Amino acid sequence: MAIVTPPRPAATAPEQPLNAPIRFLRRPTGYTKGLWGWMTTVDHKKIGIMYLGTAFFFFLLGGLEALLLRIQLGSPENTFLSADAYNQVFTMHGTTMIFLVIMPLSAGLANYLLPLMIGARDVAFPRLNAIGYWIFLLGGLFMYSSFFLGGAPNGGWFGYVPLSRSMPGHNMDYWAFGLQILGISSLTGAVNLIVTVINMRAPGMSLMRMPIFVWMSLVSQFLLLFAIPVITVALFLLSFDRLFSTNFFNVSAGSDPLLWQHLFWLFGHPEVYILILPAMGIVSEVLPVFSRKPLFGYQVMVFSGIAIGFLGWGVWAHHMFATGLGPVAVSAFSASTMFIAVPTGVKIFNWIATMWRGKLTFTTPMLFAIGFVSMFTIGGLSGVTHGVVPGDTQQTDTYYIVAHFHYVLFGGSMFGLFAGAYYWYPKFAGRLLNERLGKAHFWLMFLGFNLTFAPFHIIGLQGMPRRIYTYPEGRGWDVWNLVSTVGSFVIAVSVLVFIYNLWVTRKPQEVGDDPWDARTLEWTIPSPPPEYNFKEIPLVTSRDELWHRKYTEDEHGRSVRREVPEGQPKMEGTEVEPTGGEGHEGPEHVGDHADTEAGDHEGAEHEPHIHMPSPSYWPLFTALGLPIISYGMIYKVWAVAILGGLWTVSGMYAWALEPATAPEDTPVHGPDTSGDEVEAVPVS
Amino acid sequence: MRRNRRLAALTASLFLFLAACAENAPQDTLEPKGPVARQIDNLMDPVFLVAGIVFLLVEGLILVVLFKFRSRPDSPEPEQVHGNTRLEVGWTLVPALILVAVAVPTIATIFDLGRKPADAVNVTVVGHQFWWEYRYDDLGVVTANELRMPAGRPVELTLNSTDVIHSYWIPPLGGKQDVVPGRNNRMHLIADEPGEYLGQCAEFCGDSHAHMRAKAIAMTPQDFDAWVAGQRAGAVAAAAGTPAEEGLTVFNQRGCGSCHTVAGVSTGTIGPNLTHFATRTTFAGSMFDNNDANLRRWLSDPQGVKPGNKMLIPGGRLSPDEVGKLIAYLNTLR
Repeated sequence: MAIVTPPRPAATAPEQPLNAPIRFLRRPTGYTKGLWGWMTTVDHKKIGIMYLGTAFFFFLLGGLEALLLRIQLGSPENTFLSADAYNQVFTMHGTTMIFLVIMPLSAGLANYLLPLMIGARDVAFPRLNAIGYWIFLLGGLFMYSSFFLGGAPNGGWFGYVPLSRSMPGHNMDYWAFGLQILGISSLTGAVNLIVTVINMRAPGMSLMRMPIFVWMSLVSQFLLLFAIPVITVALFLLSFDRLFSTNFFNVSAGSDPLLWQHLFWLFGHPEVYILILPAMGIVSEVLPVFSRKPLFGYQVMVFSGIAIGFLGWGVWAHHMFATGLGPVAVSAFSASTMFIAVPTGVKIFNWIATMWRGKLTFTTPMLFAIGFVSMFTIGGLSGVTHGVVPGDTQQTDTYYIVAHFHYVLFGGSMFGLFAGAYYWYPKFAGRLLNERLGKAHFWLMFLGFNLTFAPFHIIGLQGMPRRIYTYPEGRGWDVWNLVSTVGSFVIAVSVLVFIYNLWVTRKPQEVGDDPWDARTLEWTIPSPPPEYNFKEIPLVTSRDELWHRKYTEDEHGRSVRREVPEGQPKMEGTEVEPTGGEGHEGPEHVGDHADTEAGDHEGAEHEPHIHMPSPSYWPLFTALGLPIISYGMIYKVWAVAILGGLWTVSGMYAWALEPATAPEDTPVHGPDTSGDEVEAVPVS
Repeated sequence: MRRNRRLAALTASLFLFLAACAENAPQDTLEPKGPVARQIDNLMDPVFLVAGIVFLLVEGLILVVLFKFRSRPDSPEPEQVHGNTRLEVGWTLVPALILVAVAVPTIATIFDLGRKPADAVNVTVVGHQFWWEYRYDDLGVVTANELRMPAGRPVELTLNSTDVIHSYWIPPLGGKQDVVPGRNNRMHLIADEPGEYLGQCAEFCGDSHAHMRAKAIAMTPQDFDAWVAGQRAGAVAAAAGTPAEEGLTVFNQRGCGSCHTVAGVSTGTIGPNLTHFATRTTFAGSMFDNNDANLRRWLSDPQGVKPGNKMLIPGGRLSPDEVGKLIAYLNTLR
């Protein structure tokens, strides 16, 4: 937690750890740079970047798997992949895109942005934040190591028993233990972000002034907090069955395989909203900025997000309409499924109303946000047709469903996340992505996406089931499968354009604090932000705080730029000197003095120190034990499992005994990464 | 204008979509061939229509907004509108009412289809990796791969599985029903006319899930009765001195009978009952049409053509000679 303390009279400059003889026995400090700096960081922004980078790497892997699937299905009776290879690839494609791409991309953005958006200097539990990332990385690598150790998971991302229980090999063990590891990561992240949002908002940042992305992330973190334990239980039961021959899912011992499905989907449906809510939040940030209007119906957007969060717990059995639940249960879940479309539909209309009478500029983030709204609408409508149970018995487990959830998760979540990537990239990197390449990326992806997934509606209704590795000629599916395969390569090209864009814009640029003329707090601070985010904890007086500092309204309610942007509202004892703020640049600094919130300074002549938590080796160390435990369990080498357990426990002890701030660490990090703020907040 | 092209592309794909339905797609869910499937289709038609209208309205509205309110050099700064309660209540209530209008017939149809039909032919369908077994217990018939049914009369299916979860689905005749081990699920199907209707397993069940197909053959009541009579008869005995008799020897020597029943010859139950194999139009989970060339492919390398299936021939692969003799024998099992 960021702590502001009064000055210490005689802090001595610390020894540079890089020059120290035994480097990693010494506590890393704010001076620790390079690889060790990243590996020991507890800075929410660095951790956010690592989340985003790692998740993008997994996105490329998951995309590669998608291409393999599409090549195999491009023509009937193709032999490009064997049945077993196909099953591994489709299982890993789904598992990767859900657990290793969309969830961590959302987690990465939330990590980076939530503190900035609520005016905090870090998250509530910085080391917990770090271990969340390391567990995610190691869980992903652990699961992918299965490809080299006998074969990847091959029972589907849903792992239905009794099939997954009886599959030979260790494939599904990797799946079960990999998801357990990732679940721990999600739980730590959820606890951390929830506490951060609830406890660490800047003065004046009431709940109903929070940016909508913060709200939607908060709802999805609550969903994670309650959903992950459910799948944890289910995965333990499955693993016990596989490792120790227990009978939780043994049909011949009298168990009911539907128990697994209830547990899995009781997790799995909230999971869907975990995947989509953050993207909804992103779109709700981007559309107002490029419409130059506030979000239409903020309260309704907040409450519909919360409503989706609650209702999301009451619809899980719509994944099981064909399992024989009986007409009463099926009718109840049919009604709840239709009901959840209402808050979702409200959001769509509110987004359109946000653009209505706006002044729309079609930047790349705006294009992706509009792409989200239009594609998500299609996914929502096909979702309603699934709620009509008799129709669902024709649609479920066909490509029609595959079309539906790709319109929701790719046309929805991924488009939203790309909107966020383009929108916040200047804040992360201090550089804008190239707009022409960005638009090429959007249009190629939009075209490729529709070429790939729109035909799935058709072949699905023509009776092509999911998860088949090949199909015979003469079913009428050949043409559309080929079209879809072509489309998937168009998507691949669009992703290459994105990578090329990252490459060509690698040189430093001067983008200013607020390149988009945006509305929220993260744009009041430099790009990229200094380690402590806010020199002064901002005082928030309204929703869209930055906009109100820059603009006032005329008698028609139209925005009028203030001649002199309103500065940070004065707090007792601080002087505010508004500067900058011409053209489309926002105010450079709203106040030049570091502030305290603890009231522990007497006057402006005292420059307090901003204490940031010190880096630590222990999160990474502790996380390393988890894959060791898992390998030991899977191969039943108990010594290894016990070693991993001891490793983790000792890491936790060391962590618990380690003070949050290293005694030799300085309050503010001398040679800062941003390089230009050193003099602003002096080190004594 | 790029947006207009997008609209054109969407409209074009809608037309292609309609055109595609007319194409020859035997598992098309939108071409019902019996009352159950038709009831579903009749329920879905207006739902798809409403969804299509909402789709056009929403996407059209988006396009209008994008065109009309795009930034021009002379556009004024927009009015900072924060919401409009009346509008928002409106677009909460209208979709809710539409959904109620969809929910009522939905729930009525759910209960309607859940009712057991009178005067049905009872069939127990057993899912195996990766083929279907049909047991007509009232009629004393056990067969595989093809559901034989009298046209115009309901068949009441009781579904269970010996191994993993499968899903029974003949799209032209009705929706799918999961086949869950340890449970007896039910569904009924009716075919309007005599004919062949294709389907396949719809729940991932292992390596050859793709090859677990299904076929329903509806017959006139007379033909159905004749078929039942034929199935109830014992197996045709292999005549002495024919290739078929040599095939029977191979059948016994290579342990085929440990998995397959041929009435009077063997009693295996792991694989399909072969007593009247030659009367079937398909074999191996309806993966192959029943002819000599396909039988040769199958018997020569069952694991190669259908990975993960349970036909593991004791003593290794069959020789071409053995395959030829077995085909001769199987062809006599009428």
